[in-house]
Amino acid sequence: MGGLQKKKFERGSATNYITRNRARKKLMLSLPDFRRLCILKGIYPHEPKHKKKVNKGSTAPRTFYLLKDIRFLLHEPIVSKFREYKIFVRKLKRAYGKTEWSAVERLKENKPTYKLDHIVKERYPTFIDALRDIDDALCMCFLFSTFARTGKCHVQTIQLCRRLTVEWMNYVIASRALRKVFLSIKGIYYQAEVMGQLITWLVPYQFSHDHPTDVDYRVMATFTELYTTLLGFVNFRLYQSLNLVYPPKLDSKAELDLKEENEDDYAMSSESYYEKLSALSSSLARVVSTEEEEEAKLDQFPVEGEDMDKMEAREKEQKQLEVQKKIFEGLKFFINREVPRESLAFVIRCFGGQVSWDKSVCIGSTYDVTDETITHQVVDRPNVDKQYMNRYYIQPQWVYDCVNAKILLPVEDYFLGVTLPPHLSPFVEEKEGDYVPPEKLKIMALQRGEQPDGEEEEEEEEEEEDDDEEEEEEEDEEEEAEEKNLKKMEKQKSQGKSLEVKVTPGKLKVENPARLEQEEQAEEKRLAIMMMKKKEKYLYDKIMFGKKRKVREANKLAAKRKAHDDAEKAKKKKARK
Amino acid sequence: LSDSEDSVYSGLEDSGSDSEDDDEVVEEEEEEEEEEEEQQEDGSNPDEDKEDQSEQVYQTSASVSKRMSLPLSQPTVEFFSKDVMIHPVTNRPADKRSFIPSLIEKEKVSKLVHAIKMGWIKPRRVEDDSRGRFYDLWASESSSSLAKHKMHLPAPKIPLPGHEESYNPPPEYMFTDEERALWEQQDPSDRRLPFVPRKYPGLRQVPAFSRFIHERFERCLDLYLCPRQRKMRVNVNPEDLIPKLPKPKDLQPFPTTQSLVYRGHSGLVRSISVSPSGQWLVSGSDDGSVRLWEVCSSRCMKTVQVGGAVKSVAWNPNPSLCLVAVAVDSVVLILSPALADKQVVSSSERVLTAKEEEEGPSEGSQPVVWSETEGEELNQGIRLKIQHPKPVHQVTWHSKGDYLASVMPEHSSHLQVFIHQLSRRRSQNPFRRNKGLVQAVAFHPIRPYFFVATQRSVRIYNLVKQEMTKKLQANSKWISSIAVHSGGDHVICGSYDCKLSWFDLDLSTKPYKMLRHHKKAVRSVAYHRGYPLFASASDDGSVIVCHGTVYNDLLQNPLIVPVKVLRGHAITHDLGVLDVTFHPTQPWVFSSGADATIRLFT
Repeated sequence: MGGLQKKKFERGSATNYITRNRARKKLMLSLPDFRRLCILKGIYPHEPKHKKKVNKGSTAPRTFYLLKDIRFLLHEPIVSKFREYKIFVRKLKRAYGKTEWSAVERLKENKPTYKLDHIVKERYPTFIDALRDIDDALCMCFLFSTFARTGKCHVQTIQLCRRLTVEWMNYVIASRALRKVFLSIKGIYYQAEVMGQLITWLVPYQFSHDHPTDVDYRVMATFTELYTTLLGFVNFRLYQSLNLVYPPKLDSKAELDLKEENEDDYAMSSESYYEKLSALSSSLARVVSTEEEEEAKLDQFPVEGEDMDKMEAREKEQKQLEVQKKIFEGLKFFINREVPRESLAFVIRCFGGQVSWDKSVCIGSTYDVTDETITHQVVDRPNVDKQYMNRYYIQPQWVYDCVNAKILLPVEDYFLGVTLPPHLSPFVEEKEGDYVPPEKLKIMALQRGEQPDGEEEEEEEEEEEDDDEEEEEEEDEEEEAEEKNLKKMEKQKSQGKSLEVKVTPGKLKVENPARLEQEEQAEEKRLAIMMMKKKEKYLYDKIMFGKKRKVREANKLAAKRKAHDDAEKAKKKKARK
Repeated sequence: LSDSEDSVYSGLEDSGSDSEDDDEVVEEEEEEEEEEEEQQEDGSNPDEDKEDQSEQVYQTSASVSKRMSLPLSQPTVEFFSKDVMIHPVTNRPADKRSFIPSLIEKEKVSKLVHAIKMGWIKPRRVEDDSRGRFYDLWASESSSSLAKHKMHLPAPKIPLPGHEESYNPPPEYMFTDEERALWEQQDPSDRRLPFVPRKYPGLRQVPAFSRFIHERFERCLDLYLCPRQRKMRVNVNPEDLIPKLPKPKDLQPFPTTQSLVYRGHSGLVRSISVSPSGQWLVSGSDDGSVRLWEVCSSRCMKTVQVGGAVKSVAWNPNPSLCLVAVAVDSVVLILSPALADKQVVSSSERVLTAKEEEEGPSEGSQPVVWSETEGEELNQGIRLKIQHPKPVHQVTWHSKGDYLASVMPEHSSHLQVFIHQLSRRRSQNPFRRNKGLVQAVAFHPIRPYFFVATQRSVRIYNLVKQEMTKKLQANSKWISSIAVHSGGDHVICGSYDCKLSWFDLDLSTKPYKMLRHHKKAVRSVAYHRGYPLFASASDDGSVIVCHGTVYNDLLQNPLIVPVKVLRGHAITHDLGVLDVTFHPTQPWVFSSGADATIRLFT
């Protein structure tokens, strides 16, 4: 025989993975540095398929990285920057210890810095890749831009985040890319479609944060470092694609409009320009000033059969989108001071509306409350002292609901002091068999152009359904009664008692052939299920369990809704009496 | 190399500080102090030190003498004030050294120049704006520049919010009190929603979400700490998983409905058996009686009190005999029910009486004792008693009707199985010792084989050659019953762990098919003699009838299709159906249950 005996764990998956500690040693980095490197380079642990094989027979819980990933990190230029920084810190400490202030100053001037441009390019080789991953970057930047400028992180970072988010919002306004908005208890979700990519981000409500103690801000800061770089480059590219000037500048016309005599009272001149930008009330300057964009029309290609239908559907969608983009066109909004200004201004401007607010709220207001041409005033208080005749006083939810419904909803439900209809999530797409809240059905009817009197019909339908169910129940009951009777007779027979002989007219039992067939088929299926293999049975059971749970949940929601409506009705009746 | 670098560095730093000192101050006293400092610092250069010191000494002595010589009464003249004077304070001529270039300075400058040349000192960095400056990074998009390796798994996006997260959700999404209590009880990782839905009357009332930063942080952790794995989502239609079987309709006949119930027993009915003609049914119950029924009318023809719980009954399969074997405690009774033609009854009488000649070898040492009955018992129809040493659990006939096997399961005993010959009134113990607890036995219908089912396996013995031919592994924990196909090549075993295993003796010693149809222990199994049917009875109260075609062609495997689930027996004391047997000619099945009834399904 001869030959060397094969050793275990020297080939196969055991050699493809490396534990975190070994990776760290291989890179000669401290744990915080390793963590930072992983965050910046986007290296994450992998779950091996056979953990025991990779773990050399042990079952201890360990995180594994791909060896290839770690090798890839070895040549990263930023690692040497980390080392330089480490040395810098050591020198600085020493200088401090020796109270050599001049040395401290000199060292601080030469503080090593690094750029993340190449990493961004490497992680996102194409622009679309970057856009696909921008969700988290936006969320993080929006969060950091709301931080107070003390404590938790560098002021520059906060300022940069704010700047980038304002740029992003200005871009979304300019490109009219916003599609959906959702007011949740966590914050406001926005969804925009940028270059065919759906991008969702979450903005917290404008409150100061109480910073939790169990959160490591260094990790967040490292992420933010990468995200700001990424977002900056993305913004640049996006502005370029729209022929906008980057860094953003206000339109010359708008700039004149916004000029105020007492501007200096508000802020320093350098800051006020930026503040005006972040007020989101006016359009941006373009490199090539084109007043109207030429709409790229879809070319007509001769198509046939199924493609035709698809094509038509797409065209229809396109038209709908065009309509949605312009739903607020021609409307003039005025925002009261108790309403979140930035969010509303952003949304209204995204859909072509004009918006303004009280001068004392924020810089950048374009007209006053007294303006006669205002069509809607957004108010979030029970009543207003002085009401103007020719405008609607509406609650802010109207704006968001209109955007999600893609049409202008009737304003009556959103007047001052009126109990608002529920605000639904635009991200839920109901499939067959899912529960659909009645409000959604109503909106869908409105979208189809139907009059909002479909309610009664629905109710009638529901009642009919109920009747059907009742009938079935009755049948069941009959069967049960028969069975009971039979049992009783059997018992009497077995006890030897003479039966009460009585002839009753027999009932004609109508057999429903369709139902019989159904039952037969159901039994066939049950029997076939018994013959399934163990593995398939397990899978089948799992799928069926999921399906059943879905149905159960939908039923539960429907029942809850019904109970609620009934309670409401009863209350109303009582009130009427 | 590093050492020398360090030393140069330190030297440079010192020199830098020196030059600054020179520029700054003119005041004498401060100068003094600084020079003293210098002295402390520059301990390494002895030559320079000496010069400096001598200078110092000179200067200090001069100033001191000046101060001392002044009379005390004279008004002080503020030489050093904030006013700028146009004339120098002293009239001392300038030193020579102020005209000639300083050697020390030259040395220091040269050191600096050297350090700059070597790159040890970097020029002050111009504040570059590059960190905040962005450019078109993707100007030259080369998609293949660094193709992500195939193991790259992009992070999943955060799931989008549903209606329940709204600040003003529809009322059905709000938690009821129980749901809320449940939510609070649950571990955070078990909760289906990470938050409680809330409803606010207006946007103004919505507070800040307290876990916002937490959630963002958790997302960060997920992105860089969470191991990723590619999971293949199975996207199967569940209907496709169901095997395509022939329709039960096409496999008729088989029993479908319960047609008769035989009532009369008061205890659970352990065992039933049908006469070979199919006209009569015998049943044994725990109430100590054996009843004989007419199958078609469900009429109890005869009741025989045997005085003990009946474990097993078996009708003699020979159509020319009319005998029933009954196992009661440790006795096996041979009953002559006299429910047949005269000819048949007489022939069975003949069998029971014509044997007395060979009594020779029956000694007292025999473990089994045959005896005839008298008086009351005889009137009831009990003809013979076979006394066993231990309680008998099962009796079964050979198909010829002459041999009878009985089982007495007990651990560590070689006396577990007996084979009795009726015509010669002889008993024998075929095995020297049994391995394990014998559960059931069966005769091969055609060949001289004998099946013995122990807890986990079935052994097949050749009775002629007196050797074991096969051992079947049942893959179950505890076999309860066994049935042999009329062809003799197929065996089914029911077990207490809900399984039924089908063996194809020609194929393998492992089960050809395991069926897990029942929810509870399988108590009994049976084959139909003519039709390709078999049935299993279980404690879950159901009898499942399956269609199992056995082909004559050996290459074709039997096809097993469950055709009917028969229910009817009530479950009493966790026991459902205890025995099942087929009608010999019709596709009917009898079952006896713990609810003291026997049911016929046709």
